[in-house]
Amino acid sequence: MTFNAAALLLLIAGLALIGWLAGRARSNLLAGRAGAKLHSRPQYHGWYVALWLFAPAALFLAVWSSVSPALITNQVLATEAAQSLPSFGFERGAILSDARAVAQGKQADVRLPAAAPLVKPYADASHKYAWIGIAAMLALALAGGLYAFTRIKPDFRARTRVEKIVMLVLLLASLVAILTTFGIVLSLLFESIRFFRLVSPAELLFGTEWAPTSGAPQPDTFGGIPLFWGTILIGAIIAMIVAIPIGMMTAVYLTQYAAPTVRKWVKPLLEILAGVPTVVYGYFAALTVAPALREFAVMLGIPNASTESALAAGIVMGVMIIPFVSSMADDSINAVPQAMRDGSLALGATPNETIRQVLIPAALPGVMGGILLAVSRAIGETMIVVMAAGLSANMTANPFASVTTVTAQIVKLLTGDQEFDSAKTLAAFALGLVLFIVTLLLNIVALRIVKRYREAYE
Amino acid sequence: MTQDDLTIADPKMKAHGVNVFYGEKQAINDVSIDVGTDLVTAFIGPSGCGKSTFLRSLNRMNDTVASAKVTGQIELDGEDIYAPSMDVVQLRARVGMVFQKPNPFPKSIYDNVGYGPRIHGLAPNKADLDVIVERALVRAGLWDEVKDRLAESGTALSGGQQQRLCIARAIAVDPEVILMDEPCSALDPIATAKIEELIHELRGKYAIVIVTHNMQQAARVSQRTAFFHLGTLVEYGKTTDIFTNPKQERTKDYITGRYG
Ligand SMILES: Nc1ncnc2c1ncn2[C@@H]1O[C@H](COP(=O)(O)OP(=O)(O)O)[C@@H](O)[C@H]1O
Ligand SMILES: [Mg+2]
Repeated sequence: MTFNAAALLLLIAGLALIGWLAGRARSNLLAGRAGAKLHSRPQYHGWYVALWLFAPAALFLAVWSSVSPALITNQVLATEAAQSLPSFGFERGAILSDARAVAQGKQADVRLPAAAPLVKPYADASHKYAWIGIAAMLALALAGGLYAFTRIKPDFRARTRVEKIVMLVLLLASLVAILTTFGIVLSLLFESIRFFRLVSPAELLFGTEWAPTSGAPQPDTFGGIPLFWGTILIGAIIAMIVAIPIGMMTAVYLTQYAAPTVRKWVKPLLEILAGVPTVVYGYFAALTVAPALREFAVMLGIPNASTESALAAGIVMGVMIIPFVSSMADDSINAVPQAMRDGSLALGATPNETIRQVLIPAALPGVMGGILLAVSRAIGETMIVVMAAGLSANMTANPFASVTTVTAQIVKLLTGDQEFDSAKTLAAFALGLVLFIVTLLLNIVALRIVKRYREAYE
Repeated sequence: MTQDDLTIADPKMKAHGVNVFYGEKQAINDVSIDVGTDLVTAFIGPSGCGKSTFLRSLNRMNDTVASAKVTGQIELDGEDIYAPSMDVVQLRARVGMVFQKPNPFPKSIYDNVGYGPRIHGLAPNKADLDVIVERALVRAGLWDEVKDRLAESGTALSGGQQQRLCIARAIAVDPEVILMDEPCSALDPIATAKIEELIHELRGKYAIVIVTHNMQQAARVSQRTAFFHLGTLVEYGKTTDIFTNPKQERTKDYITGRYG
């Protein structure tokens, strides 16, 4: 007997159906007998019973499925047979999971001889906790169902109750995303704290040398400045030099000049561009743009020209961001009231003067917000820089040289054979935390600007 | 011939047989009217009858509406404003416009007023522009209220001040005609009284055409009144005649509040 959550869920769903029928029947019966008018229609009484029957039991089921494996393992470890287990992490885990697989019938026989004596304790413990779980769940379901069932009276406000419960369920659903984000941040924070026990935050934030792989003779150095510089050079400087003018011009054309049919085609096309997977842009940057730029640089005699260059990654990232900037600018320009445009035209300004001197200045706060959001996207972008910008931590303003970014280094630190608690691996989390904080701040500022801008024009 | 004679000897603008269409729909039907140089002309009529549409054809603002088409003849000082040789930029500098809702640019008060003179190159240097801006604000009756805060945003002013700023903005390019489309409909009574007073002061300096749905206002500020109904010009005459002795039944119904 093992604990099969899916089957049990079906079981309580079935019970809930019975509860629904019973609740409905009882409310009908009571109404008929007392001759009173029901406050809520019979279905609602049915739903009320069903929800009380289902929800607590399902919640328990969810909790129990996540804690019972630990309980089982604890019991197994307490047995005599477990005393001979090796204390070292990996082997111990392998033996335990081998025994568990056999005990649960997923595997015919043990692969590791040491696991054999543990099979029986495992089976016993699983059995025991499965029964405890099922009994508790059924008890909860019945208790909930009975409680609800006894409350049914003709004047019981079942509809109001059901609606309240439904609202609660919806609230819980919306909390899932928020809580998940919160959990991610917490784990990031914990790993970062472990890192900062080994390396001081000041070194990460202000150190100018990044060499986590220097090995034994030299100690590792985790100075983040070269990475931050690379990130800014690519995401906030080169990409924006490409994306801002082109995105703005696109928006001006689409909002002011384009015929409705042109607009109808170009806007969706731009949106498709925004949906291209970033790895495709990465290919384009690495295989097409970067070599071409290198040849160009060599032709000009620029030193340190590399096939992996900040410029290649930045330009392609800028192209990737164009639809984003243009759609934000498009929205901002459209939000400028028509009256503003008319006011300028009525003074004898040409459409061009009107755009340059009235519409764009009026739309600027909204556009600025959009640009900040674009920057925050660009500095978090990973694929393009991993493929095209390179991994060497150079502090250079030469855009033809190879630089590296925070995201590229995170990927590098986490791939390959690493112990999970070395400073090198933990550094990835600390970098992630820095990136998270910066993008969060950028987003907050940007959204505020955009919001205030929207309010300015109602 | 006194100024209040019905015939206008030397009209500033002359419209003859004007039709305006939005796509298939005709919004103005065969309207002919003369606008006097030293007069305030009021357009009245129930909403949707085409007052704004006709007003906007006088400075070709209808050009900005893709579906709009104007036929017939409209002249400014005897010159056809829809002729190919007419430069619409020049036309709008000569025929200014004030809108229903105050629409100052989100720029400083100074730059709002200076905008027109700058784009038309009327002020070769800063000192000249200062003079133009001050004169326009004085004429619009706003100078005393804003002279110490010219650098503040025009949008920070009150509604009535914003509307006077928009009038100053129009005056600054030294137009010959000022078109006003319900300039007081978004304002409170005190601000409205100020604008009406201003219109009195501007009369004679500019030919003024004002659209209003408020008949008392038309009676107070204008010397000529045109009553529009369903896209046609029903009656046009001296304001006193229109309000005391209308010739058309429909005019009478409207000014006695039967509809509209
Ligand atoms: N941009 C436009 N496109 C299509 N129809 C319009 C447009 N502007 C006004 N109209 C129509 O033309 C008619 C006259 O409108 P308008 O001149 O605004 O009237 P008024 O100013 O007298 O209230 C109305 O029926 C209106 O619906
Ligand atoms: Mg109107």
